[in-house]
Amino acid sequence: MQKEFKLMKGNEAVAEAAIRAGCDGYFGYPITPQSEIMEYLMLEQPEKRTGMVVLQAESEVAAINMVYGGAGCGKRVMTSSSSPGISLKQEGISYMAGAELPCLLVNIVRGGPGLGTIQPSQQDYFQSVKGGGHGDYRVIVLAPASVQEMADFAVLGFDLAFKYRIPTLILSDGIIGQMMEKVVLPEQRPRFTEEEIRKNTPWATVGKTPDRERNVISSLNLIACNQEAHVNDLKKKYDTIEENEVRYETYQCDDAEHVIIAYGSSARISRKAVDLLRAEGRKVGLLRPITLFPFPKKQISDLVAKKVKGFLTVEMSLGQMVEDVKLVVNGQTKVEHYGRVGGSIPTPEEVADAVKSIM
Amino acid sequence: MSSIAKKENLVYQRPALRTEKEYSFCPGCGHGTVHNIILEVIEEMGLQEKAIGITPVGCAVLAYEFMNIDMQQAAHGRAPALATAINRMMPDKAVFTYQGDGDLAAIGTAETIHACNRGENIVIFFVNNGIYGMTGGQMAPTTLPGMPSSTSPYGRDVETMGGPMKITEMISQLDGVYMSTRQAAHTPAYVRKLKKAIRQAFENQQARKGLSFVEIVTNCASGWKKTPTDANKWLEENMFPVYPLGDIKIDGKLVK
Ligand SMILES: Cc1ncc(C[n+]2csc(CCOP(=O)(O)OP(=O)(O)O)c2C)c(N)n1
Ligand code: SF4
Repeated sequence: MQKEFKLMKGNEAVAEAAIRAGCDGYFGYPITPQSEIMEYLMLEQPEKRTGMVVLQAESEVAAINMVYGGAGCGKRVMTSSSSPGISLKQEGISYMAGAELPCLLVNIVRGGPGLGTIQPSQQDYFQSVKGGGHGDYRVIVLAPASVQEMADFAVLGFDLAFKYRIPTLILSDGIIGQMMEKVVLPEQRPRFTEEEIRKNTPWATVGKTPDRERNVISSLNLIACNQEAHVNDLKKKYDTIEENEVRYETYQCDDAEHVIIAYGSSARISRKAVDLLRAEGRKVGLLRPITLFPFPKKQISDLVAKKVKGFLTVEMSLGQMVEDVKLVVNGQTKVEHYGRVGGSIPTPEEVADAVKSIM
Repeated sequence: MSSIAKKENLVYQRPALRTEKEYSFCPGCGHGTVHNIILEVIEEMGLQEKAIGITPVGCAVLAYEFMNIDMQQAAHGRAPALATAINRMMPDKAVFTYQGDGDLAAIGTAETIHACNRGENIVIFFVNNGIYGMTGGQMAPTTLPGMPSSTSPYGRDVETMGGPMKITEMISQLDGVYMSTRQAAHTPAYVRKLKKAIRQAFENQQARKGLSFVEIVTNCASGWKKTPTDANKWLEENMFPVYPLGDIKIDGKLVK
């Protein structure tokens, strides 16, 4: 079959790909720089194409709880927002982690703290990979670096969410969300039927039939030893995810003496910086984590074992992922951070200079 | 004794949809009665396979242990949001929420009003006992003027704490609300009326008429620091004048 190319914004690509992934419901609340996601869906009227529901909620708090309700029924449901809205959703995400509900979340990050700025940022790394809401939990975090990956990760995100009964977050930023690129869209797949839901997600609350016990979706466990067992079970699930789902990309790492570690937009900029440095004959490579949880720990360890002389993380933040890199490197070699904040975007030249400063 | 224990003499039995789990409510609490009646109606209407109940945070949080139907437990105040999504994606189900006054009228006010405004095809049960039961008797938006609670130990001072919020009257103004009524559950006569209202609400839901809102004014003997009988007396003497019983909106029209 001939591939279907389209020129789209990242926000539009994730929305269109979600429809094609067989999404049953989108629930959102407007906020820049991601409002195009709901606008695209409202314009596209997916209820006519696939029966997918699109609803503008009264708040992000309501939106994430709509997602909870839908996910509890075994539906493919999603929400999107930008930083302040994602903060409001954290209670709901924690409940979903506790109740082990699958869903797709999209954060098109803007600069904080507070209302901050609508310009792109990567300041929500900690919030994304360390849980975010209350309690000991993780969500799977996918960090796209192109419009194509915005589309691809909508499908992957739903699949991982259902594979592990876990919320999956696409952690992107205003650059990827707003920029236009050529994209190959996934093929349309059908939404789950009620029979499929009953068969494939037997825990879903779709009405109690005589052949099974009632289903309950809850994150409540008033007996301490039961809650302890539950949290330990969650930990086992997170361990399995760490084992099986690490995704990353390397660029010019084979002979690299210094390696940049960057995700999302920063990785694109850093890739240019690697080219600039290579043109000067400097042995520099790039490791791009695609999953931020699970984090590519082994790949970083392997680089340490290969006697890389130093790592530089490039992030549009004061330095958050750098802490995870330091944990892996554990003092065996130099780890530094370079970043711009508040909506400012580093240039490849600035990044190249920062790499030189650690050489 | 055995001569009267016959089927034809049966006046009441455990609802068929009750689980074996014993209620954990305080003696005399209204929650158990309301649970029972909801379950009776679901059974009588044959809705068990369609019913999806949503319990919030509050004394009703464990409803899923007592009701033998599919259930979801929601974050404090958010049950109408869950119900919205379930109703939109599975319009043929019978979706209901069961919420306390702290849950529905304080932290969940926005979700309540907007689900009502959108006319979600759901039933909302609103159990108003004028206090936060589960957390130990703190002031609720529905607490009466002068009424003591653990966070208004000298009585609710309307000047600084606001007055009792009549949220059922408020949401009745919204076009999306098809039915709203205020009932009680502490005597057999009130229970019979309540059961009729609950049945009407589920019939509206099945006929896709829009949102039906059933407030039940109950006691919270423990929160009120009264014996169950004193609490029921206090309920009639003090709660009913502020929260008058009866239908507020029927068939999409305000009664008065
Ligand atoms: C976000 C959040 N805030 C506070 C609480 C604590 N909390 C649990 S139940 C409750 C009040 C419940 O009162 P009400 O809704 O009136 O129900 P009742 O217990 O009286 O039936 C509160 C404040 C919570 N669980 N979650
Ligand atoms: S605290 Fe009040 S509402 Fe809760 S179970 Fe006891 S009497 Fe009922």
